[in-house]
Amino acid sequence: MENALVWKRKDLLGLEELSRQELELILSTAESFKEVSTREIKKVPALRGKTVVNLFYEPSTRTRVSFEVAAKRLSADVINIASETSSVRKGETLIDTGKNIEALKVDIIVVRHNYSGAAVMLARNLRASVVNAGDGWHEHPTQALLDIFTLKEKLGKIDGLKVSIVGDIAHSRVARSNIWGLTKLGAKVTVCAPKMLIPPAIEEMGVAVTHDIDEALRHADAVNVLRMQFERDEQSAFPQQLEYFKNFGITRERLEKAKKNIIVMHPGPINRGVEISSEVADGINSVILEQVTNGIAVRMSVLFLVAQANDNIKNENTD
Amino acid sequence: MLEKAKILDKDALNRSLMRVAHEILEKNKGTQDLCLIGIRNRGAYLAKRLADCIEKIETVRIPVGILDITLYRDDLTLVAAHPLVHKTEITFDIADKNLILVDDVLYTGRTVRSALDALIDLGRPRSIQLAVLVDRGHRELPVRADYVGKNIPTSKEETVEVRLEETDGKDEVVIIQKE
Repeated sequence: MENALVWKRKDLLGLEELSRQELELILSTAESFKEVSTREIKKVPALRGKTVVNLFYEPSTRTRVSFEVAAKRLSADVINIASETSSVRKGETLIDTGKNIEALKVDIIVVRHNYSGAAVMLARNLRASVVNAGDGWHEHPTQALLDIFTLKEKLGKIDGLKVSIVGDIAHSRVARSNIWGLTKLGAKVTVCAPKMLIPPAIEEMGVAVTHDIDEALRHADAVNVLRMQFERDEQSAFPQQLEYFKNFGITRERLEKAKKNIIVMHPGPINRGVEISSEVADGINSVILEQVTNGIAVRMSVLFLVAQANDNIKNENTD
Repeated sequence: MLEKAKILDKDALNRSLMRVAHEILEKNKGTQDLCLIGIRNRGAYLAKRLADCIEKIETVRIPVGILDITLYRDDLTLVAAHPLVHKTEITFDIADKNLILVDDVLYTGRTVRSALDALIDLGRPRSIQLAVLVDRGHRELPVRADYVGKNIPTSKEETVEVRLEETDGKDEVVIIQKE
């Protein structure tokens, strides 16, 4: 049983291409890694001598910091590159940037990019491992994995759970990755949003659709509340925000009609009073901060598995 | 893979464990500050059994922890089959304790080296002693066991397999000839 499944991928690009067994391996490995963060010395030497580059073309603090903490707890060296301060500004292409980073003998590149497919493109052109930290509207696999890990930790299983995802489904990589991961593991997923924020043919991903928030909450074991991003122009955004909160915001009144122990998740950063009320965000159903803690274990698991697989690929090639 | 000889059967294995338990108690003058740490996988079961033996002798249950050393291995990238990472389960503070590290077979000494690193990262024990069911020689590092169930001189073309009720359905130690 020990060797029944081995992780063979040098990259983690999305959850769409993963098997149920691969998903379960990431989650069980993450379970083992969670203990490391509770130690006085929060570090193991598993990736000692490896270098991880965080290559971020979009602003991100929580995901980048989470990857950085995860890599450091595995004893890897970490370098952060933000596009604002790099030669990307000078017009260098993504692949050129990637090849230059690889020429520095870097082992893992964690990439966040506003172009869907950026991570896949990078992975195809590089021998280094590539971990997708969010690409356009496509996928954000480690966020979904940490959501699923948290759910599993709270409810003991994923199979048969009813999970509702509420918010801008059309433009959400978090939603897409969650849908892939949850459905593969046997959960029943419902998406809920105003009509214009539901992408066409979403049912083909195996989910139910509703535009009624109370219906989405009624039988759900968990609700994953997505961050709503309205226009930056505050004046026009404000009425929209009020409207959204009134119709789709997760409030105590709405939760009272749901299952008593419904789990409330949010990938953060939260907009209090837009997609979720403060009362719920800070309430007993909320696992928002536990998600942040679990993010480290999940990312340690992913970094460890891709690094190990890539070493094996290199060894096979030199034999 | 050819099974060459059975070295220990169920009774002999249990007698060895009981003797090792006595030796541990003798050397440590009782159970004060004593803890057992088993190395996954079979070492963990052996540690539990040693705790049972000690309980029979002294009527005191001493703490047992489980150590997973996958993340500390020096051959992590060399093995063809990937080892799975499991949890380390040590729920007590090891600072100032006398730890008995337990494993099934002592061979090159590399597992013990990894285990020592892993333990030191968890705290500062007063002492670490090593108990193994089988010492088969061929050390690659300066490591020595404090308690040995059975010394079995082997060649490198042989392997020693410890089988336990909990993992393999029966208790025995056999020598196997590699092909």
